[in-house]
Amino acid sequence: MENFNYVRPAKVADAVKAMKKAKDGKYLAGGHTLLPTLKQGLAAPTDIVDLSGLKNAGVKVGAKSVTIGAGTTHAEVAGSKDLRKAIPGLAKLAGGIGDPHVRHRGTIGGSLANNDPAADYPAAALGLGATIHTSDRKIPAEKYFTGMFSTALKGSEIVTAVEFPVPKKSGYAKFPNPASLYAMVGVFVAQLADGSVRVAVTGAGPGVFRAPELEAALAKNFSAKALDGIAVKAKGLNSDMHASAEYRAHLITVMAKRAVEAAK
Amino acid sequence: MNDTGIGARVRRKEDHRFITGKGQYTDDINLPKQTYAYFVRSPHAHATIKSINTAKAKKIPGVVGIFTGEDVAKDKLGGLICGWMIHSKDGSPMKAGPHPVLAQGKVRYVGDHVALVVAETKEIAKAAAAAVQVSYGVLPHVVDVADAMKSKAQIHEVAPDNRVFNWSIGDEAATDAAFRNAAHVTKIDLVNNRLIPNAMEPRAAIGSYDTGSENYTLYTTSQNPHVARLVISAFHGLAPEHKLRVIAPDVGGGFGSKIFIYAEEVACVWASKHIGGRPIKWTAERSESFLADAHGRDHVTHAELATDASGKIVGMKVHTKAAMGAYLSTFASCVPTYLYATLLSGQYNIPAIYAEVDAIYTNTAPVDAYRGAGRPEATYVVERIVETAARELKIDPAEFRRRNFVTSFPHQTPVIMCYDAGDYPAALDKALEIADYKNFGERKSASARKGKLRGIGFSAYIEACGIAPSAAIGSLGAGVGLWESAEVRVNPVGTVEILTGSHSHGQGHETTFAQLVSDRLGVDINNVSIVHGDTDKVQFGMGTYGSRSGAVGMTAISKALDKIEAKAKRVAAAVMEAAVDDVEFKNGSFTVKGTDKKMAFGEVALSAYVAHKFNSAEIEPGLKESAFHDPSNFVFPAGVHICEVEVDADTGVTTVANYVAVDDFGNIINPMIVEGQVHGGIVQGIGQALAEGCVYDKESGQLMTGSYMDYQMPRAADVPSFKLDFTCTPCPSNPLGMKGCGEAGAIASPAAVMNAVTDALGLRDVPMPATPQVVWKAMQPMKKAAE
Ligand SMILES: Cc1cc2nc3c(=O)[nH]c(=O)nc-3n(C[C@H](O)[C@H](O)[C@H](O)COP(=O)(O)OP(=O)(O)OC[C@H]3O[C@@H](n4cnc5c(N)ncnc54)[C@H](O)[C@@H]3O)c2cc1C
Repeated sequence: MENFNYVRPAKVADAVKAMKKAKDGKYLAGGHTLLPTLKQGLAAPTDIVDLSGLKNAGVKVGAKSVTIGAGTTHAEVAGSKDLRKAIPGLAKLAGGIGDPHVRHRGTIGGSLANNDPAADYPAAALGLGATIHTSDRKIPAEKYFTGMFSTALKGSEIVTAVEFPVPKKSGYAKFPNPASLYAMVGVFVAQLADGSVRVAVTGAGPGVFRAPELEAALAKNFSAKALDGIAVKAKGLNSDMHASAEYRAHLITVMAKRAVEAAK
Repeated sequence: MNDTGIGARVRRKEDHRFITGKGQYTDDINLPKQTYAYFVRSPHAHATIKSINTAKAKKIPGVVGIFTGEDVAKDKLGGLICGWMIHSKDGSPMKAGPHPVLAQGKVRYVGDHVALVVAETKEIAKAAAAAVQVSYGVLPHVVDVADAMKSKAQIHEVAPDNRVFNWSIGDEAATDAAFRNAAHVTKIDLVNNRLIPNAMEPRAAIGSYDTGSENYTLYTTSQNPHVARLVISAFHGLAPEHKLRVIAPDVGGGFGSKIFIYAEEVACVWASKHIGGRPIKWTAERSESFLADAHGRDHVTHAELATDASGKIVGMKVHTKAAMGAYLSTFASCVPTYLYATLLSGQYNIPAIYAEVDAIYTNTAPVDAYRGAGRPEATYVVERIVETAARELKIDPAEFRRRNFVTSFPHQTPVIMCYDAGDYPAALDKALEIADYKNFGERKSASARKGKLRGIGFSAYIEACGIAPSAAIGSLGAGVGLWESAEVRVNPVGTVEILTGSHSHGQGHETTFAQLVSDRLGVDINNVSIVHGDTDKVQFGMGTYGSRSGAVGMTAISKALDKIEAKAKRVAAAVMEAAVDDVEFKNGSFTVKGTDKKMAFGEVALSAYVAHKFNSAEIEPGLKESAFHDPSNFVFPAGVHICEVEVDADTGVTTVANYVAVDDFGNIINPMIVEGQVHGGIVQGIGQALAEGCVYDKESGQLMTGSYMDYQMPRAADVPSFKLDFTCTPCPSNPLGMKGCGEAGAIASPAAVMNAVTDALGLRDVPMPATPQVVWKAMQPMKKAAE
């Protein structure tokens, strides 16, 4: 690991300023993605701007939407009683990320900023049609995820919070990579307040995506049975030693059924 | 039974130290003026080294020294050796290519040790290692054992077809005849997947040279420090044994991978002299452990089993290709030969067996002994083919085994081993009962109602451990004898120190060895200390592997205790003015027959040192004895494991639903520790069967499973609560009647699990590891057929 400058500002504006000044700066949240990459020498930033001083952790549950501060750990999200009532699928998703160490350090902001193709949160953000609040603007999930490890965030822009609409029903089913326990296939299903249905898939492709063929079937009949015989195409899906594209395609339907069965 | 004696469930004395973080592992030790090592490793599977330029790296502030193969050659430091000579069928000796401590001219696997960088800190050493410029000429490579004999890649000059040896065992003509007369022949092709050991503590070393005394000291993560000293002295030629001290302090797991003498440890102790005697510390990073610890297994096997019309086995033929990796590691050659093919008779009466083994170089990390070493591979072959034969013959697999069990002892197999004692049907009966075999059908239906496929599988394993009778293995090519030594020192206050050549790296010797002493001398176990792992303290030792510390190591202690008892009797007789023959020793007290005279063990110990209480011309003062024990036979633990799995047909996920193990380990010193050993072994075997698979990329030769992101270790949540029980036929070849329990779980379980998986799916074979993807793929043809 190389040496770097370290600051821990208390205000979003100061953090942005510090980042703009840095030659090659990086924000630090829970560090559970960033620190391993520093240790392996895969990244060597000149400056670390630690966001923990912003103290923006917390889950606020309203009648129509839930707002989660960027610095909220996965464990806090999973443990929120109000959230478990409002969006049980989201609370369950957070409780299934990594292991207890990871859940007590890793944050929702860090996860969404990183946009790992095998991360869990992107499925919920896209599946519920969330809005990402940043230091500059509000970005709808559709526009936010732009591909593998890439997002609409620009330069020094900071994720400050994520706003999720409260759906009628939602569920998440994850098939973990047997070694890493990241999502090999994770499917988030939601029946939104207006009755529309969304199905978002993570882990299976180069980035999170919606599955229109599954959405169409569930829009007619929101039940696992509705997905019988509906196959997702393997083309374009990830293929690696743990799962071929065909196997992932098969698992998408299976996990979608399980997510629907679990939806509350 | 004394409550800390043989058979007692005594809590482990060492655990408080370990659990509170007070263990002293190699990396916990820091010596004055210590420096840090980092190794430059090959990024290529196979390449010539055109040049190594260290100029830029040497300029980095804090770099103390950089060493390459040239320095090693200049200093005439000997290469790494393989200590067991195997001859091919045609009589030619095995083809051992050179294995220099730092690569000379060529690298042969990704991770091969190219240069040693020594610096003031580990960070500097690592940065400087990255600045060492090595120019490589990439050569064709081969990573799969199945392809290696036909490959363009020629890994060692001595072996043009990459074959190290072509070895055979058994009577080929008799076996062919048995097959000609057979009513049925079952054939199977099996792959025993390559495993990465993953001891919790990575390998580490501190090498230092004392410029005054000219002595070397090596702290290292070793299962056998005396063997390390012997090899580094006699073969590397670093220093004579009395000028080299090897210390293996607390060691956090080995599973075989820390038996071997590796390049890194030798390089550190050697290089210390070249930097003015400053100590050099190296601690492997986890990624280095993946790349450069000796791996296990990696066999490709074709086997055939011949049966007669009554379902009796009449013959077996086996051909195995065994990967050796890029170099022959310390004991690599004996693993797929004498530790493997000699167990191919299993628990069965098989009149004729013939096996051939091709040992083959591949451009991968060296392969050597890993928990079970050869015996898991043998059990996998025997138990998978026996199960398959039973299914083909439509005989219940339990019944088929029973029909073929060896039932009278001693039993000479056609493949060298002579089984001394056992009761195989007893273990089978017990296991069937505990597993509730008769109601399996109901459980299968219940699973089917949940959409799950349930299967059951057996593994009636036998293994040979307590390694090993020196004369026997010497005649088979071993370079060393595998006896063990012990010294018992009784202090004047009656406390006892045991110095043992066995080495504990998780086995609990501090407890079990003390239990033996407590049992024999009536001394509280807290008044017994176990000293091991230091060549300056312990007279000699062959170390711990092959489940030998009980059967061989404790027998040496027991023999030394016999001498202590005899000597103490003489002292007691002198002090109590009685004839030696009239002195009896029981429950820690010496009494004189027919009198009320009595002395406690502690009083006799004190008297032995207060020499005026007896005639020191007749009895030497002091109470200290030593013994060497060379076993007369292997020991033969055996048992029956039954595994039940449930497969989720939608996803291919296999869950171990039930696991029963009934083992015969002879007499047991501490059932709690033995159960722990069995638990750990079964989990390792379940790991091999369902999760762990080392993958090298065919195209690039890179290790694809180089971290826990891709290499799946079994987790606690992946296994059920095991149901264990024991049978006992005491071992006749040692006075304690002990067999060995350290490897049994890992030997038995892969076959039990895979027999259950294939039963659940109704398939002949599913390859290991049966990950969800593998199972799902295996099921596709079945689904197509059903549609
Ligand atoms: C062993 C292990 C297992 C894991 N398993 C899973 C899993 O199953 N599922 C899963 O989804 N994840 C998993 N993770 C990842 C984990 O959830 C990470 O914590 C998370 O992805 C990143 O969050 P963080 O707070 O740690 O961010 P950091 O590591 O601190 O930062 C990650 C990146 O985001 C940037 N960043 C952080 N915060 C912000 C912000 N507010 N605004 C802009 N940029 C920001 C950083 O600069 C950095 O580039 C695992 C991690 C580990 C180590």
